Amino acid sequence: MINKDLVIIGGGPAGLSAAKLAAESGLSSLIVERDFKLGGQLVKQTHMFFGSEKQYAKTRGIDIAKILVDDVLKYPEMVEVMTDTTVVGLYEDKVITLLHNDEYIKVQSKAIIIATGASEKVLAFPNNDLPGIYGAGAVQTLMNVNGVLPGNDVVMVGSGNIGLIVSYQLMQAGVNVKCVIEASSSIGGYKVHASKLKRLGVDILTSHSVKRANGTEALESIVISKLDENWDYIEGTEKTIEVDSLCISVGLSPLSSLLSMIGVDMKYVSSLGGLVPYIDSHHETSVKDVYVAGDVCGVEEASSAIVEGYLTGLIVASSLGFKHENYDELYRDFKAQLENLRSGPFGEKTREGLQEIARNHDVK
Amino acid sequence: MRITEHPILTFEKKAKLQFVFDGNEVYGYEGDTIASALHAMGVKKLSHSIHLKRPRGFYCAIGNCASCNMIVDEKPNVRTCVTLLKEGMVVKTQLNKGDLYD
Repeated sequence: MINKDLVIIGGGPAGLSAAKLAAESGLSSLIVERDFKLGGQLVKQTHMFFGSEKQYAKTRGIDIAKILVDDVLKYPEMVEVMTDTTVVGLYEDKVITLLHNDEYIKVQSKAIIIATGASEKVLAFPNNDLPGIYGAGAVQTLMNVNGVLPGNDVVMVGSGNIGLIVSYQLMQAGVNVKCVIEASSSIGGYKVHASKLKRLGVDILTSHSVKRANGTEALESIVISKLDENWDYIEGTEKTIEVDSLCISVGLSPLSSLLSMIGVDMKYVSSLGGLVPYIDSHHETSVKDVYVAGDVCGVEEASSAIVEGYLTGLIVASSLGFKHENYDELYRDFKAQLENLRSGPFGEKTREGLQEIARNHDVK
Repeated sequence: MRITEHPILTFEKKAKLQFVFDGNEVYGYEGDTIASALHAMGVKKLSHSIHLKRPRGFYCAIGNCASCNMIVDEKPNVRTCVTLLKEGMVVKTQLNKGDLYD
């Protein structure tokens, strides 16, 4: 059994940021990442971020990933990194079992930060499992990390920010985006992203969805249909589109299975993406010394995940007796940044969702 | 199909990596995952559903959905979307839920 003060599960924006603030506070940590590299989903995001400079606005996601990884590598004595390592077991006494190179490793930790992120949702329609039907983020990885195109002709399902941004990036890579379809009667993402696509001649068809996919060994075509106000297909409006790729961008759900494994109190909150843990203002779950940061406690932008990571790293370090010399100032700053990121009409659902999972400190 | 020109990113030609896919000698490049190397060759079908044997390709590219599982060097259920390609790998399309291996 290996003993650690802090184990951080997930080496994406939230996990990296948590490790940085813990290290700055004097607390060592171990980051466990199942991919072969750190950076999470930032490594494929070629677009520039919005927000304020504190969350690296006007910087491309791929460059933010480098900054966050470098920040952590600055502390080689404080932050240990295990990539290609999957957490296969998590127990209430904070024993973590890891699988690395076919080897089974047991770790006892004083505190755990779960920062596993989220995964792309699927959409139900006949033949939705055909090769050539991908999550939009998966195609973004294939193109922007591996330099491989998904195909020649693609339709994007979903007009949220991911759907719009990935459509634009598909065109940058030379793929023909035939159209974007959206089940709702209005476009989900920011107008600036939608306008970019429209200027390039891509139609965004609202009140439309996929009725079925066709193909034997791989995707050959899809049938789309108009939807009525109850999101039911309108007979007679079907249209067949020849495509070799279909991207599904209908939201993300938190990767919270490890939380369920240790019996954390959870709730299904649709505005946060699915099953999420109850947390207090310190991001601590109902299991003592088990904390969460990033999309696993509610799907938001990467900017929020970064700040949540900083905040949680700061708090966990303090709870283990390593209080940052500027604790109060940093704490207020991170809280204010999060509040700012969630302000305005686009943050309304997040604000409501977070209220549903708020735990009172006294409950514990 | 590989991207050759891109307004933001540069993709330098990297070292070729020889590997075997379903008995054929093929190649990818350093930095490829097994799934991306196969995709670049036009291979989209990586796996099959267990009961109905329906063809499956990758969906999530983060090692979560299991729809890209293949047999790599005799080991079944390898998540090829998050496994780096290595010289000499023997990659096979998986038809069942996987057999025990040494």
